[in-house]
Amino acid sequence: MKFLCVECDEQMMFEQRQLPGDGTLAATFRCPKCERVVAMLTNPMETQLVSSLGIKIGGREVPEQPLETIRSGLVGGREDAFEESEVPAGPVAWSQDAIDRLGIVPTFVRGMVKRIYADYAKENGIPEITPAVMDRARSDLGLEGM
Amino acid sequence: MTIRHRTYAELSSKDVSGLGEQVSAQTQRVAERLAGVRSCVAVMSGKGGVGKSLVSAALAAAMSRLGLRVGLLDADLVGPTAARLSGVSAPSLVISETGVEPPVSEAGVRVMSMDLLLEEGSPMAWREPDADSFVWRGTQERGALREFLADVKWGELDVLLLDLPPGTQRLVDLFELVPNLSGAVVVTIPTSASAVAVQRSIALARARGIPLLGIVENMAGYACDGCGQVGELFPGDAAERLSETHSVPVLARIPFDVAAGRAAESGSMGDLVSGTEAGGMILELARRLAEPLGLQALPAGEQP
Repeated sequence: MKFLCVECDEQMMFEQRQLPGDGTLAATFRCPKCERVVAMLTNPMETQLVSSLGIKIGGREVPEQPLETIRSGLVGGREDAFEESEVPAGPVAWSQDAIDRLGIVPTFVRGMVKRIYADYAKENGIPEITPAVMDRARSDLGLEGM
Repeated sequence: MTIRHRTYAELSSKDVSGLGEQVSAQTQRVAERLAGVRSCVAVMSGKGGVGKSLVSAALAAAMSRLGLRVGLLDADLVGPTAARLSGVSAPSLVISETGVEPPVSEAGVRVMSMDLLLEEGSPMAWREPDADSFVWRGTQERGALREFLADVKWGELDVLLLDLPPGTQRLVDLFELVPNLSGAVVVTIPTSASAVAVQRSIALARARGIPLLGIVENMAGYACDGCGQVGELFPGDAAERLSETHSVPVLARIPFDVAAGRAAESGSMGDLVSGTEAGGMILELARRLAEPLGLQALPAGEQP
């Protein structure tokens, strides 16, 4: 999918993705010439269709996680279904608020979510993960339901 | 007034979403994961209730008994039973960035099933908007099947058996994900109603160019628990008719066997294979199936 600024005859560049939390998705594109920004808005059904394909509008920033579609979309998953063999290591710290927030993520998907946030922080040079960073990552990465 | 502008193809800058590339990358992940799997075999039937899952689980155990390295993927996401039948009771699955380790059954089969992920008695359901789920539900299930293929550490296998749900759609999904599918085994019961339903699956497999490895007629009679004599259970000769019509060999006729049922109930596929009338036939089925797949199975009398 490409967006064209007809007036400038320029291909618009993907800028950011937002998940308002109501099942919809917004992706914004900016014209590099006139700076005009347009937003592509998808309804919950369209958002779900894209999500069920396991693909990301705007491209993937972090690699696909094992069983990502299943773990992020399945309802009724066993709390103890998975045992994470590796905890993300490295220089990224977690604030207490972020740890508390991570604690309310179902264990079925918690390990994967933790890894994704840690990878996001590393990629973006963020030394500490806070709830604000988690919100930003959630929007940037299209982590619907996480 | 028509607004004149350039088309998609005329825009030279990269498509950053690259949705097509993302889908291709997913398929590539499947191919990479299955690179160590010599053959992928679908076990299918157009009809429910023919005992396909039990045949799949028992066949997997039998092939393992013949010295082959075997995996069993339960592609019936809605009614998963492979883990229970194989005696693999929901341990926590070890998962890392590189994938998830499948549990190994007592019979030596690497098993993956939605059964291992769901709470007891919980139906398979997805986070979903209130309406229009028909639009995406099939895609979501296909995605789950893709992840089971691509993200489970199957390792080096001689054969990966895929237990498909009734109907034909999952076979199409599977074939798109695994274009070099080695073939399909078709399970039926003797009745003409079953033959008609199974015929549809055969036709679909043929249309897609999927090799048909053979037919298994399950519940072909009733093996008496006392004397072992086999009497009629269902009327009909579905396997023979399908074999003649479609030139596909009948690999086995397996009677309904109470002892096999007991072994299945307790998840003891090893006991089923080694200690029951039906099990002996399934071992023979495994041996016959290994041949067209080019797999070196232990000869009769040499398996442990």
